Amino acid sequence: MPTDLHTEEAIMSFLHEIPDPEIPVIDIVELGVIREVKAEGDTVEVIITPTYSGCPAMKQMEDDIRKTLKEHGYTQIKISTVYNPPWTTDWITPEAKEKLRAYGIVPPEHSTIDKGWLTGKTKALACPRCNSKNTELVSQFGSTSCKALYKCKDCLEPFDYFKCI
Amino acid sequence: MFDLLVPVQPEISNNQPEIIMNKQEALFNYTLRLADNSLILSQRLSEWTGHGPFLEEDLALTNIALDILGQSKSLLEYAAQVEGKGRTEDDLAFLRGEREFYNTLLVEQPNGDYAKTIARQCFMDAFDYYFYSELSNSKDATLAGIAAKSVKEITYHLRHTSSWMVRFGDGTEESHTRLQNAIDELWRYTGELFEMTEADEILLKEGIAVDLNAVKVKWEKHIAEVLETAKVQAPENKYMQRGSREGKHTEYLGYILAEMQYLPRAIPNAKW
Repeated sequence: MPTDLHTEEAIMSFLHEIPDPEIPVIDIVELGVIREVKAEGDTVEVIITPTYSGCPAMKQMEDDIRKTLKEHGYTQIKISTVYNPPWTTDWITPEAKEKLRAYGIVPPEHSTIDKGWLTGKTKALACPRCNSKNTELVSQFGSTSCKALYKCKDCLEPFDYFKCI
Repeated sequence: MFDLLVPVQPEISNNQPEIIMNKQEALFNYTLRLADNSLILSQRLSEWTGHGPFLEEDLALTNIALDILGQSKSLLEYAAQVEGKGRTEDDLAFLRGEREFYNTLLVEQPNGDYAKTIARQCFMDAFDYYFYSELSNSKDATLAGIAAKSVKEITYHLRHTSSWMVRFGDGTEESHTRLQNAIDELWRYTGELFEMTEADEILLKEGIAVDLNAVKVKWEKHIAEVLETAKVQAPENKYMQRGSREGKHTEYLGYILAEMQYLPRAIPNAKW
């Protein structure tokens, strides 16, 4: 049964335990999909925002949030989705961006305030394996909604880029 | 190709009582139309999954289909909520007949070859890009939120399909001919995109809907630039086919629904 210790900060720390279903090196709070947490008595409401409209991982995240909070004693769990303001890669924390790079996914290079990504002008990306900037875009669409596919022309390895949105 | 011809509507005589839509009905109809555009287009695109011309394009089209399906789901959920009759987004997707769908005729056209799929997608991406950019300023907070989210995704789609238009049109003689044929065939379905209905007019006054005449100017400018760069032309014949605003479709929609709706109709309440 939740006690007074279950403050909104505490609940947020429980949510930090939940890995992103597709990129397990970062958690869903670092990813920026948790918009707000509200606790009242034994009821908790988690307000989330989708990364991409059709991202199939969102349902998995909802299931994981329910499971984790149940383990911490909550019985009344409500998950609401909001669309506005829309999720942006700017909300991925700097620490999470470095975890992505170490995992082999180049994190978003731009702030979306810089509109370069809109017109397709992206900086040369450094290969996450050999650090060469001699890389090229293979496709704007990769293995998941959030990634583009690149290739390093020096070490010849393909790599994922978490594209700006 | 034999499209289902849309019968001429009888003139409504003046002494007949005019049915006026209320705001809620207008919002339901409007949201449903947007949801149907995305649902049918994503269903069409997913026919390419596993059959793309090469791996990266297979992934690209599948990704685009997924984004559009997600947009449709958000819109269908909202339509169901606005209607308030207890129907869910699944009921709306799977239990309506083709005369109850309001998607534009363009999105239900068959995939054809890759040039035709790209031309259809580029026409629709350009429309969606300018449309949802405007809708993100809507006074309806839910529609504005879905629009702001969608337009970010559509930006990537439009860039992708516009560049393929140029690659095909300014490519080989074969690819140029195929793209020109696709444009000649699909052009007649583009006029309907900008048709304002009673629902549009009611919601435009409320600051909810988008003025499609303004979207048309931007769409025509972008498409004219793409066609010019791709060295292809819009057809001389300016005839425009219409009908979807009243639920009248080309013969293709029924076949799409037959495939899409088969399982939930054959086995109601089926679970994974």
